[in-house]
Amino acid sequence: MKGIKAIFVKEFLSYFNSTIGYLWLVVFIGLNFWLFFRGFFLMPEADLRPMFSMFPVLFIIFIPAITMRLWAEEKKLGTLEILFSLPLRTEEIILGKFLAAVSFFGISLLLTFPLPFILSFLGNLDWGSVISGYIGSFLFGSTLISLGMFLSGFTRNQIVAFILAASLSFLLYIIGEEVILSFLTGFWADFFSTLSVKTHFESIVRGVIDLRDIVYYLSFIIFFIYANYLHLEVAR
Amino acid sequence: MIEVINLYKYYGEEPAIQGISFNVEKGEILGFLGPNGAGKTTTLRIITGYLYPTKGEVLIDGKKLTQDPLYCKKKLGYLPEDNPLYTDLTPREYLTFCANARGIEEKKKKLDEVMEKTQIKEVWEKPIGELSKGYRQRVGIAQALLHDPDVLIMDEPTTGLDPVQIIEIRNLIKELSKEKTILLSTHILPEVEMLASRVIIIHKGIIRAEGKPYELSRKFKSKEIYFVLKGDEKEIREKINKLDFVASYEIEKKEDGIHGKFIPKENDDVREKFAKFAYENKFLILELYSKSLGLEEIFIELTKEEKSERN
Repeated sequence: MKGIKAIFVKEFLSYFNSTIGYLWLVVFIGLNFWLFFRGFFLMPEADLRPMFSMFPVLFIIFIPAITMRLWAEEKKLGTLEILFSLPLRTEEIILGKFLAAVSFFGISLLLTFPLPFILSFLGNLDWGSVISGYIGSFLFGSTLISLGMFLSGFTRNQIVAFILAASLSFLLYIIGEEVILSFLTGFWADFFSTLSVKTHFESIVRGVIDLRDIVYYLSFIIFFIYANYLHLEVAR
Repeated sequence: MIEVINLYKYYGEEPAIQGISFNVEKGEILGFLGPNGAGKTTTLRIITGYLYPTKGEVLIDGKKLTQDPLYCKKKLGYLPEDNPLYTDLTPREYLTFCANARGIEEKKKKLDEVMEKTQIKEVWEKPIGELSKGYRQRVGIAQALLHDPDVLIMDEPTTGLDPVQIIEIRNLIKELSKEKTILLSTHILPEVEMLASRVIIIHKGIIRAEGKPYELSRKFKSKEIYFVLKGDEKEIREKINKLDFVASYEIEKKEDGIHGKFIPKENDDVREKFAKFAYENKFLILELYSKSLGLEEIFIELTKEEKSERN
């Protein structure tokens, strides 16, 4: 536990140690507000769903920028050797890093809170769907973080880590698109639809929190964290 | 303190070390000597828990590294090769992180102690990326000392430093050796002679020689004995020809005397016999010495032995 905390603090502070962390937040929030208010006056009712439905595309670009440095930087600097010579378990190091990235991402979600409050003054906002939307977005983002972190371990180059994570996140997203699914039938259509991060996100954003979707996201996260563990251990 | 038992490490098919065994006794400074790619770093990385051995066992303070890695890692302080550091952090931030990760109590006190000991007070709040190599090395050593470990493991601690910094770091290591067991790797022979109380020579992943520095330099002395005599060249030739302990010789007349070298028949120290011979024949001895081999020559010697063993 102490180990997770030490890694968490170091990783979390390092997002704010460079200007990149602040820049990331400003651009993410700025872009998010701009995209939202662009269609704001055309909206028939007070609804936050337009924001949530933009999140997947934003996340595919923005989340790899959070995760790209997690292992690639340690590899480039050679500090992985320091980490492994400290009396920490491998899983503590992984979880500390994962939680730091998730917390940083969580902050960016918190910073979008002005939007539902503005909406609630203007109309009759359905808080239930807002909360379910945020839970869905948080799970969706955390899933991409586990994937991006795993991929960051394959290179010393952060740009490569970014591109890998963005491409795979994109792939996992589009296999749930109608365009792709319409080519497939039966088992494969179901399979891709179930595998895609998109399918599960949409139902949560609609305001339906289904246990299956939550199980999907959690098992995805556990899978990639475990894969990360295996990858690190086998390389030693 | 450290027992290394029959250690093997393969990178794919490629063996990095093949059956390394040695002990590090409490209080000694063991020098690990070898050319680049000999397997020094691999061995140290296994001992410090960064790499897992393909085969073999490491015991630290009697406990198996594979069974109780956290206990073992607490006993060790490690300065890796090329001293990797978080360049964005200041020494204070970096060492605070290490102290947290190690769960050190009285953090403030320990941090002040290592800051004092390694003399990094001036750069305490500067990003490590902006520090000179000498200071970075000190920060690396501070990290290794933070938890007051019994054993310090340093992989090429002076590589890449300028001569003044090298002397500073060597003095620091000497200072530290008073209270700590040290395992230190290097490819510089004089460094080992200066710092280590015992030396292990490793080459191509196998231990080739082991002993006290002076024993090794005696063992690997060249067989040839060099001399400079004053006297008549012809007479010297005649007399040396008659010596029973000389197998072959060469001499050459130079301005300050007759320079020469000979190979003795048996492999013992015949300088005394030769001095007596010169005295009896009234040749004045200006110089008489056997050369100790440089590291490169020792390796050539070692690989020669290897070839002749095979044949």
